[in-house]
Amino acid sequence: MINSAFIFIAVSIVLSLISFLLDREKTILGFKKGMKMFKGIAVPFLNILILVSLALYFIPQALIIKYLGAGSGIWGLTIAAVVGSITLIPGFISYPIAAALIKQGASYTTVATFMTTLMMVGVVTFPLEAKYLGKKVAALRNILNFIAAIIIGIIVGLFL
Amino acid sequence: MKKILAKHKQYVWLACYLTATVASFFFGFNPGKEIFGNFTKFFIEMVTFIPFLFIIIGLFDVWFPREKIEKHVGRESGIKGIFLVIILAMLQAGPLYGAFPVAYMLYKKGAGIRNIFIYLGAFSSVKIPMLGIEIGYLGIQFTLARTLVSLPLFIATGYFMEWYLKDKNFRINNL
Repeated sequence: MINSAFIFIAVSIVLSLISFLLDREKTILGFKKGMKMFKGIAVPFLNILILVSLALYFIPQALIIKYLGAGSGIWGLTIAAVVGSITLIPGFISYPIAAALIKQGASYTTVATFMTTLMMVGVVTFPLEAKYLGKKVAALRNILNFIAAIIIGIIVGLFL
Repeated sequence: MKKILAKHKQYVWLACYLTATVASFFFGFNPGKEIFGNFTKFFIEMVTFIPFLFIIIGLFDVWFPREKIEKHVGRESGIKGIFLVIILAMLQAGPLYGAFPVAYMLYKKGAGIRNIFIYLGAFSSVKIPMLGIEIGYLGIQFTLARTLVSLPLFIATGYFMEWYLKDKNFRINNL
C-alpha cells in the first residue's frame, strides 16, 4: 500500500512538473478540475469507509474465507458473479470493499470476478440499456460479459 | 431540493459515526474503538494516494480532451479504430449507463458495431481514474493482470457482436 502511494506521489509530481513547464495555465486548470472531482467524492468515500469498517467488524473472517476464499471453488465464483451482476456499486467505492475482502481471505479469483461483473454486467440498469440497444442485444451483451467476467476471474487467479 | 437533502444525508451519516466514535472512546466501548481502528487504517490509505490520483486525472483531462478524440472516432477503422475507441473509453469516468449515450454518439458518427461494443467493454474496465484507484487498493499486479486478460475478451466480444448483428438491422436508439 505504501509503495503504491509512492508511485502516485512520484507520478503526479513528475506529470505536474512537465505540464507546468509546457503550459502553466493548463496545469492550474488541471489541478482545479482534479480537486473539484476529489471534493465531489470525498464525503461519499468517507461514508463507504465507515461502512466497510463496520462490516469488517461484524462479518467474521471465517465466513469470508469459507464462501469467497481460495477453497470456495465454483460456489465462490458463482456468489461473486451473481452479487456483482445484481448490485450497483459505483466503481471508486467498490475498490476499498475489494481490498478489504482480499485482506480478509477472499481469493483473487472471486474478487476479480466480483469487480468485473460489477463493472460490466448490470441487471438493475438492464431496462435502460435495453432502450438503447434493444432487449435482445442488451441481454446478449450482459450474458457475454458475465461469461467473460468468470473467465477473467479464473485467469487472474492463476496469475496471482 | 432533493439534491441538497441527499448531500446533507451524507454529512448526517458521517456526523453520527463520529459522535458514536467519540462516545465509544469516552465510555470505553471496545467494538467502537476497534471499528475506529479499521476506519483509521482505511482513511490513511485513502489520503496517501487519492488526492494525488485526482491531480493526475485533472491533468489528463486538460491535456487530452475527449472532444478531440471523439472527432476522429468513426472515421478510423481497423486496428487504429479499435485503438481510438479504447483510448476514448479510458478517458471517461462514471458508471456504465453513462456509456450508452456515448455509444449512441459513436453510432451516429458512423463507428462500426465492433468498435461500439469494444468501447462499451473498455469503458467498463479500463477507465483511467478507476485504474488509478484499483492500483492504489489492489496493487499494480492485480490491475495489470485483470486489464490484460480483459482487453482481448472485449475485443473478441466486439468481433462476435459484429458477426452476430451483421444482417440484423442493428441500431442504437437515442432516449
